[in-house]
Formats: sequence, C-alpha cells, structure tokens
Amino acid sequence: MAVSRDQIIRDMRQPSYWQRLSWKDWLWAAVMVVATAVTLIVLWDAMNYYEVVITAITGATMMWMGWYWAASKIYMSAVCLISLFAISRYPELAAAEADFFLRYIGSSQSAIMWMSALFPAATLAYGAGLLTGNAFASKVGTALTWTGAGAGLIGLLVRWHETHLYEGGIGYIPVSNLYEVFVLFALMTALIYLYYEGVHRTRTMGFWVLLIISASVGFLLWYHFDRGAYQIEPLVPALNSYWMKIHVPTNFVGYGCFAIAAMLGVAYLIRARVADDSPWAARLPTLKQIDDVSYRAIALGFAFFTVATVLGALWAAEAWGAYWSWDPKESWALIVWLNYAAWLHLRFTKGLRGKVMAWWAIIGLFVTTFAFLGVNMFLSGLHSYGEL
Amino acid sequence: MVQTAASITAKARGRRKKRLSAIWLQFLGSMNLAISLLVVVAIASVIGTVLPQNQPYIDYLVQFGPFWFEVFRLLNLYDVYSAAWFLFILGFLILSTGVCVSRHMPAMWREVTRYRTHVREQSLLALSQHQRWQAEADTDTAAAVATGALQGHGYRIRTEQRGDSLIIGGMQGRSMRLGYILTHVAVVVIAIGGLVDGNLPLKLMEMRGDVRIERENLPLSRVPSESWIAPETGAFQGSVNIPEGSNSGVVFLQLRDGYLVQELPFEIVVEQFRIEHYPNGMPSSYESDLVIHDPDLAEPIRQTISVNHPLTHRGHTIYQASFGDGGTRMEITGRLLDGTGAEVPISGRIFEDLNLELGAMERTLELDDFQLLNIQRDTRAVTRTGARSEFVNSGPSFNYTLRDEAGQARYYHTYMAPVRVEDQWYYLHGMRMDEGEPFRYLHIPIDDRSSMNFFMEFHQALHDRNRVDAASQRAADTLLTQMGVANPQLVSQVARTADEMIRYLLNGGFGAVEAHLESRVQGAANAPMLREFSQAVLQRTLFEIYLEMLADRRGVTPAALQVEDPDRRFFEDAMNAVSGVAEYGAPLILQLDHFEYRQATGLMITRSPGKGIVYTGSALLIIGIFLLFYVSHRRVWAMITPKPDGTTDVLMGGVNQRRPEQFEEEFASLTRSMDQHLGSVSQKSKD
Repeated sequence: MAVSRDQIIRDMRQPSYWQRLSWKDWLWAAVMVVATAVTLIVLWDAMNYYEVVITAITGATMMWMGWYWAASKIYMSAVCLISLFAISRYPELAAAEADFFLRYIGSSQSAIMWMSALFPAATLAYGAGLLTGNAFASKVGTALTWTGAGAGLIGLLVRWHETHLYEGGIGYIPVSNLYEVFVLFALMTALIYLYYEGVHRTRTMGFWVLLIISASVGFLLWYHFDRGAYQIEPLVPALNSYWMKIHVPTNFVGYGCFAIAAMLGVAYLIRARVADDSPWAARLPTLKQIDDVSYRAIALGFAFFTVATVLGALWAAEAWGAYWSWDPKESWALIVWLNYAAWLHLRFTKGLRGKVMAWWAIIGLFVTTFAFLGVNMFLSGLHSYGEL
Repeated sequence: MVQTAASITAKARGRRKKRLSAIWLQFLGSMNLAISLLVVVAIASVIGTVLPQNQPYIDYLVQFGPFWFEVFRLLNLYDVYSAAWFLFILGFLILSTGVCVSRHMPAMWREVTRYRTHVREQSLLALSQHQRWQAEADTDTAAAVATGALQGHGYRIRTEQRGDSLIIGGMQGRSMRLGYILTHVAVVVIAIGGLVDGNLPLKLMEMRGDVRIERENLPLSRVPSESWIAPETGAFQGSVNIPEGSNSGVVFLQLRDGYLVQELPFEIVVEQFRIEHYPNGMPSSYESDLVIHDPDLAEPIRQTISVNHPLTHRGHTIYQASFGDGGTRMEITGRLLDGTGAEVPISGRIFEDLNLELGAMERTLELDDFQLLNIQRDTRAVTRTGARSEFVNSGPSFNYTLRDEAGQARYYHTYMAPVRVEDQWYYLHGMRMDEGEPFRYLHIPIDDRSSMNFFMEFHQALHDRNRVDAASQRAADTLLTQMGVANPQLVSQVARTADEMIRYLLNGGFGAVEAHLESRVQGAANAPMLREFSQAVLQRTLFEIYLEMLADRRGVTPAALQVEDPDRRFFEDAMNAVSGVAEYGAPLILQLDHFEYRQATGLMITRSPGKGIVYTGSALLIIGIFLLFYVSHRRVWAMITPKPDGTTDVLMGGVNQRRPEQFEEEFASLTRSMDQHLGSVSQKSKD
C-alpha cells in the first residue's frame, strides 16, 4: 500500500466543469465579456433596465453556448462580425441600394434571400448524399446549412438596425410579425438540428430536417412576393415591450424542436421498413439515433415551450390585463403543451417507443403548425399579430 | 414516473384484496384517466377557439338558427372556459394529478433516500452496464478505489457489508425525482390559482340568486342593486371607459349576454389622455394620467399608465386597454337639400341622440364617433407634391346615424375639411345602409373659396322652376339651332322634357333619368338618337344654369364669361354630386364648423388574488421540467468480494433509464479510472 486511501480518492477526483474548460474557452469568455460591455456602453442610453438585463443574459448565454458547443463559437463570431460590418455601412435606408456589399449580401433582404437559397440547396445536397451515399455531398449539406442559418440571423440582426432607420422611431426587434418569425423558425430549426448532427456525428438526418426548413422557406418566399410581407411596419403598442425579446425566441426554440421531432418521425417510419442489410440502411439514421434525437428534441422543445408560455402569461398580465384569457393562441398553446406532455408521459411511464411515437410526433407537428399558423389564419383574437 | 419500484409495489399490492377506496384512488391516480382528461380538456379548448367566445347572443342566433343556438347555449359553448362541465373536468384533472403525486410520493422518497445496498450479484450481472475485475489488491484498497472512482465522478455513496461482500451503493442526480414532484405539484398549484381567479365564485353567487346579470344598457344610477358586486369580493376582469376630466368608482364585467357592475374600493379620476402616432397614423403609444382617490390614503396617488405599464393598487391592476371618444362637442350646420337652402344649427356631443325637426320631417340624429386624424398612405405624395412624408392626413371626421320616423337607419361619415382625391378637392360625405358595408362617398367639389357653398347654390337652383324653365328654353334653342331646326313649338317641347329630366335627376339621380328615358323612347324607331339628344338637352340645361350662376358669381355677363378647364371640371363633378345627393338618402347635409375634442380612456381593471399562486406554480413547473429532463438519476454499485486465492473480485454495475447513451460514456469513464488504480489487472471481463 504505497498510497493512502485518501490519496486514492483525491487522485481519482474528476476535473470539475470549470477545470475542463480550455484556454480557448476562456478566451471566448473574455471576448464575450468585452463584447457585452461594449454593447452596454454604446447602447446604454437607449436601453431600459430590463434590456440591460436581457443583454447581460444574452452575453452569458452566448458564452455558455460557446463552451457547450464548440462549433457555435465560429457561427456566433461570423454572424456578429458580418452583421456589424453591414450595420457600419448602413447610415440610412438608401444605402441598401447604393452600397455593393449591402445590396448583394448584407442588407436584411439580401441576407434573407441568401438564406432562402441556401436552405433548399442544403436540402438538395443532403438529398444527394441520401441517394448516392456520397459522404462529401452530405458534408456540403452541413456547410450550406450552417451558412444558411448564418445568413438568416444576419438578416434579422441587420433588419433590427433597419427598423431604426425609418422615420418616426419605429425601431423594434424583428420578431414581431409572421414574416420575421418564419425566418427565425428556419434558422432556429437549422441550428438545433446542427447541434444534434454534431452530437451524433451523422449527417443522415439532415435531409429530413432540411425538408421542413425548406418548406418554411417556401412559405416565406410566397409571403414575401405575394403579400409583400417583408415591409417594415411599426409595432402596435401592445407589442412594444421588452417581453417580446424573450418570449418569441424562446417559443421558436420549442417550435423548431417539435418540427425536428416530426421530421425524424417520418425518417423513423421509413427506416423501419428498410432491411438492415439494404444499402439504404447505412444512408438513413439508425432507429436508435432517431429515437434518441426525437426524444431529446421533444424534451428540449417542451421545456422551452413551457418557459415561453409562462413568459407569455407574464407578458399578457402586463399588456392585456390577465395572465390567461383563453385567447385562441393561448388555448392552442395549451393544446400543444398537453399534446407533448402526453407524449412524454407515455414514453416515460409506459416506455412507449417506435412507430406509435413517430406517428404521434408527426401529428404533433400539425397541432403545432395550427397553433403557429392556423390560429392566425382562421381565428381571431388578442394575439393576431401576424395575419395572412 | 417511477418505473421499477412502483410497478413492483403495485404488483405486491394487487395480490391483497383491495378496498373500494383503494380502487377509487387507483383509478383517480391512473395515467389512463389523466391522459383521457388531458384529451378532453384539449378538445374543449379547441371548441372554445373555433367558436368565438362571449359574443352578443344575437350573433350566435343569426349564425346557428334557433335550434342549434339553444343546443349550444345549453352546452355552454358560448363561454366554454367557465362552463360548469369544463371546470368540473379541470377539477377532476387536479384531483387526478394530486392523487397521482401523493400515491407516488412514498416510492419516490425511497428512490432518493435508499442506496439499495441489498443488491445481488445476479442483478448486477443482468445490468447492461457492468464490469468485473480480478484484482491483486486487497479488499480495502479495492474499496478505496471504487469509492474514489464513484466520488470522483460525483456520486454519493453508502457502504454496507453483506456476508463476505462489501457493497458500495452510489447514486447521482437525485433531483430528477424532485423534478417529477415539482412538475406535478406545479400543475395542481397552477390549476388552484386558476380556479381562485376564475369566475366560479361569481357562478355560485349567481346560482344562489345573489346577483343577476343586467341585460339592458342602463345609466349607472338605474342599474338595479342585484347587479352590483361589492368591492374586494373576488377575482374579476372588467373594463370601463372614462372621458378626460371624469371619474369612476366602478367597472363593468361583461358576462354572457349582459353585464355586472363591480364596485371599486377607490375612485379613479382621468385627468388627461394622450396618444402618439407613427407617421402612418397608427397609434404608437397611448397613456392616461390617473389620480386614485382612496379613503384609506392620506394623499391620492398620481400616476401615468400606458400600454404595457399598468398601475397596481390594493390588489387591483389598472391597465391602459383602449381609447375612444369621450364626448367631443360639435357645432354643426345642417344644410337642407330640399331646395329651400335653409340651414339648421345643430350642437351636440358624441354619443348624444338629437331630434331634428326638418319642416314636415323628423329625424333622429345619433352622433356616433369622432376621428381627429385620418391618415392615408399616398405613395405619390412625396414625388408629386414634395411632401415630407408619404402619409397624408385628411383631418377630422365624424360618424353619425340618421333614423327616420319608422326607425330606419342610415349611417354617415363626414369629413370636416375638403379631401384631396386624384388632384381634386372634395367634401366627402360617406353613406351606407348597413353597418357591415363600406361607405360610399358623395364627392362635393369645392368652390374657389374652398367651401361647398357654390355647389349647394347650384343644387338649390335646380329646384327653382323658373330658372330651370329659362335655362331649358335656352338649351333647347341652342341645340336645335345647331342642328338647323327652327321650330318654336319643338323648342318648348324639348324644354319641357328637360324640366322633367331635372326633376328625375333630383329625385333619383342619373339612374332614374336613364330609366325614365328608356321608358319614353321605347318602341320609337330612332330610340338611340332620341336618347342621346335628350341627354344632350339635360346636360346643356344644367350647363346653362351653371354658366348663369358662374357669371353671377364673377360679376360678368354670361356672354363675357370665360369658361376654363377648372370650371368645366367643377361642372362635371357638380353634376355627379347632384346625382349622388339623390342617392344620399338624407334630407340634409351636415357640415362640421367647430369642435371641442374630448377623448376617453379605456381602462381594464383586474383583481386576481390567485396570480401569486399561478406564478409560483409556473416557477415550480419550469424548475421541475429542467430537473426532470436534464438531470438523470443514475445508480452504480460496486460489489467487492475477497477470493480464497488472495485476489479480490470487484463487480461494478450501473443503471440509468433515461439517458442510456450518456450513461454508457460515464460508466466507461468510471471503469477506466478503476483500471488505472486497481494495479495489475489479472482478469477483466464484461460478462
């Protein structure tokens, strides 16, 4: 016995979370602290107390995101730098036409159009990977998805700047109408997918998830060209609140997750019909992977959807006079919540897996889509901010 | 939620004979019941969103017809969320969830407190994650290594000697089980808070006959006392409109097809209401300066509230909900259209009903609404007029209803100032027969003094028989001369036709003139020519009258009059307006001369004593969900048994139901650190 018992125990202690962070992580943290501080200094006069808190939390979240998911560091840095560059060339609205960079890349319309091209392109690349089993095609798909998600976020950030360039001080965070939240939905879904792609080290799920993203891009384009929905319109007073900055993005994490789970449900049903020795088996995700990612997506979505609904209730209490008014949007949020609550219950307690749950996730997306879109299209109520 | 433990205990219990209450509890707490109830709640919620809630009953009656209206009414579908059956299901759901939590609580407690050190070798070997070592080290060292590995990975441990073997039971992530309790308790807490804030107490009061919903629109002083609710009795959500400079000590609760009056323990005075607009005329923000007079306060509270920034006092929260007219006072000139040119001065406030005696006629004038701003987008405004903004304000306007003796109503919308339409300026007078229709506007052209006087005089002149006669003579003469016909008899005949057509024009517009012409020329051989000629005569007659008046107005003789393009355009517009007046359907045209603007603020006042409960429940729910999903409860055991040959057998096994993949990694890390410290590994086996 060369070493004492205590010594053994001490030696075997695993490094803590903080000890496991590398110098890169700390560098990232420093950059985030500086960036947050600069933001606060530059915009101090324009912000109220809540917005200062939200900015600080955003900085902290980005710091943690970078630690938790290494690839996101590059994404966040690139998006921030390009957006800042675009904004620096954008002293007035006319610059969107006059400046070469803004006109073709950096203005919100151009960036969103880039996103609308990149996501379908990514779908095709993943699709080619699926059909041919070519790994390089799928790699291209991943790169295009990252770029598309970047273009979408740049589009929204620059649009935020653009809203402040209009006369009459109408500036607002661009998550206030159906057009803007569709961009948010597409990029949020893509990012959540990219995270799971990284975790499972497989690109076989890409095609399926990108299908729904492309569908939403299709809607966005129709909405853009047919309805001219890209126009920046001032906010109604009820939306003019810091709550919007947290309620809406939180909600779209939920929607994005539910969409991923549904598309993986489709993949599951297809994979379940494919024999294990068929060449297709290798090009599709395994049932285990699908099952795991679906569960994780629904759990994450459910958690964020719950937070979003609670935030919505808090906001409603401040803007509409009641935290719950059985407004159609609220009722449908409850229905969506109950639906996934039941899904999770059956999985936890009855251990239900497989086709039933896959079908359920797919049907769940229809329920979610109705809550997201259908309520705006067919029902009226307090929450009718994005009408078709 | 508790898989293994709960199902084992349930089975054990099943063998015993159950008492009735136990069966009931089992039923109430069962997952199937809970899921069925969730589905029913979801479906009921769908109904509540598809069918617009709390509309006036008459709307439903129109929509569904008497039979289905009654069926839906009996099912309470017009107010699903406070229907007795809906509340009953919600209550049942609370009960079910409550029973479920309390039933699982003991098992849950065992899960988090017991380390299960009674585990057997066989069960460890049955776990998918296990590993066996034949270590050279002695039992103590092996135990220290296992302890170190487990503690190093963050496990809490209990050690127990059972027979030959030393068993170390470790677990981590116990708060996941707390997550289960928190989420389910939260649902119950939120539902209780919701019930406190719901209108259940009100329903009970109504059932006992303590309150009665008032269905008639009465002044406050005449609302019977059984429709009043004393202050601070329960939760409510009501609204009230208070004009600037006025006060209120009550709010109105809209219920089904009527309302109740809720008294407040304080009085609200609205000193001022302000509204700001975006360039496009949309309100950007609105706010009210309130003063709260509370007998319990030494000083009244003064505060400005705006959208998203309410004021809370004594558990009552006062919201800026809407705005409207607070009784703007208007001075109006009514100009009769019967050709007398008579004017009636009218003065009144918005929301007032006035009786107008118009000669033989009587009309009720209901002043409905007033708009200070009418902003439209005119995309050409900037390029064409050099305006600073593409938004154009057309100035104040007001809405009113005119009812005839029979109660038949027409609805009007009149602008105070001329409005620019396609480069011309007009006084716009909108009319519609039905409130759902869009307004059709009468365009009265402005004269050189920007008034409608010249048009009114022209319209009046058309009622003057002599003047029309003379003009029609001149017109017939001119036209026939142009055509080379010199027949005095024909001239007077044509002139008579013109007189007649003007009467038709005044009574029914060009449509009536056309119909009249059609019936006259019917069957004639040269019908199209006759029609054309008649129209030319009518137009010429009107033009003659116009010329005469224009010359008069300019102080020149008709012969010396220079008729220019604007004059012709005015004439065209005036002709159309004369026709429009015939369809306008009002005996007079209102012209707003002066107004004193007064706004009203729309306040929503709520009292929700359950709010704190609901918020607490929501916080518990969120904490619970994150614990439940992102903490996983896992157990690892190490069974250390000395062997007769001096080596030590170490068996390690672990289990995690929620996240097996992640646990696989963790277990691998555990076994790696065991490998490093167990020294010479003589044998290592997975099975």
